[in-house]
Amino acid sequence: MSVRRGPFVIAVVLLSAMWIATSASAVSEQFEGRIFKVGKLKPIDSQPKLKVGYKAPDFSLPSLSGENVSISQFLGKQNVVISFVPAAWTPVCSEQWPGYNIAKSLFDENSATILGITTDNVPTLYAWTQQMGGVWFSVLSDFWPHGEVASKYGVLRSDGTSERALFIVDKQGVVRYMDVQDINERPNLEVLIHELEKLRN
Amino acid sequence: MPKKIIMILCGMLVLGGFLAEAVRCMAADAPPLEGGVLPNFNLPIPDQPSERQYLGLDGKGTFKIPEVRADVIILEVFSMYCPFCQKEAPNVNELYRIIDNNSDWKNRIKLIGIGAGNSPFEVDVFRKTYTIPFPLFPDNDFSCYDTLGKVRTPYFIVIKVNKDGSHKVIYSKVGTFGEPQGFLELVLKESGF
Repeated sequence: MSVRRGPFVIAVVLLSAMWIATSASAVSEQFEGRIFKVGKLKPIDSQPKLKVGYKAPDFSLPSLSGENVSISQFLGKQNVVISFVPAAWTPVCSEQWPGYNIAKSLFDENSATILGITTDNVPTLYAWTQQMGGVWFSVLSDFWPHGEVASKYGVLRSDGTSERALFIVDKQGVVRYMDVQDINERPNLEVLIHELEKLRN
Repeated sequence: MPKKIIMILCGMLVLGGFLAEAVRCMAADAPPLEGGVLPNFNLPIPDQPSERQYLGLDGKGTFKIPEVRADVIILEVFSMYCPFCQKEAPNVNELYRIIDNNSDWKNRIKLIGIGAGNSPFEVDVFRKTYTIPFPLFPDNDFSCYDTLGKVRTPYFIVIKVNKDGSHKVIYSKVGTFGEPQGFLELVLKESGF
C-alpha cells in the first residue's frame, strides 16, 4: 500500500513546495532595493486573546508626531481601525498602508480612522513612512515595552514582530471585527470597508 | 472500493494542482523586450459601453491587447498599493488628456492599465481617487503580472500594432516616464507616426 501511495505523497510534497515558493505581492519601484526579503513565514504565530464583543484593551503609544495616542481618546467620536503590521521595510507591509493612504474617503465615510502599529521604534517608522510619501493616519510604535500592546491584542509573534492583523473598535470601545491575517498576504480592503459599513446600522 | 475512489480523487486533485501550478510556472522571468512581442494573455472585454467603445471592442468575452482598435497601445502595470503609481497617476492622466485633445492621435493611441494583485474593488478605489479616464483591469490573482515577468510597478509597455495585426513592443521600462509631452514624442517617434 505504501508503494502505491508513494507517488501521491511525493507529488503533494512537490506541489506544496512550489506553492510556498510563489509570491503574492507586487513590488513598487518606490521600495526597490530597500525591502528586506523575509521569505515565506509561518502564517500565524500567536494565540488569540480577544473576541468580537470584547472591550478593546486601552493603550498609549508614541506616534510619529511626538504625541502619545490612546484608543480611549476616540471613544464616542470615531470608529478605529487598528492595523498591526509585522515590520517596517518588509514586503506586503510596505504596500498595505500606502493603499489605505488613498482610501481615506472610504474611512471618512464610515466615521473611522486608522491607527497603524508595529513593534519597530519611532525613527525606523519615520524613515519608512517617509519613503511611502507619508500617511494621513497615526502611526504608533509598540517598541517598548516591546510588543506590549500587540501582546494585549493577542497578535505578538514569537520573534517579537506582530501579526498582520486588523481590529475594528467602535465608538463604544468594543471590538466589532478582527482579522488575524496570514502574515504573507495583504488583507482584503473590500472586506474591511464592508465591516465598517456594518457599523452604520 | 471507497479507498480506490479516494485515491482517484486525490490523484485528480494533485494533477489539477500541478496543471494550475504549471500555468503559473510558465510565467516569464523577465519583462517583454523592446523589439519583441507581448506575451500571450487575455483581458475581459469591459462591461462599460464607453470603455468598449474606447477600445473598439464588441460583445462579451476576452480580448488580447493587440486586438484593441489602435495603432499604438500604452499599457501601465500598476497597483493601488504602490506609492510610485499613485504619484504617477496625474502624469498618466495628463498623457491621456494630451492624446484625447488631438484629433489625429485620439483614435490611434490608446491607454490601458492592469492592477497587479488588485481586486475590482481596489482598482475602483484607484480609478475614483485619481479620476482615471481610461480602462483599468483588475489582476487579482497576479496572472497577467506573472506573464509580464513580475515587473516592479509602475511599469510601462508600449506596443505598435501593424496593419496585418502583428505587433512590436517599442517601449518597456520600469518607473515614471517623466514629462508626458516628452514621453508622447518618444512614442510617436518610435511608432513612426
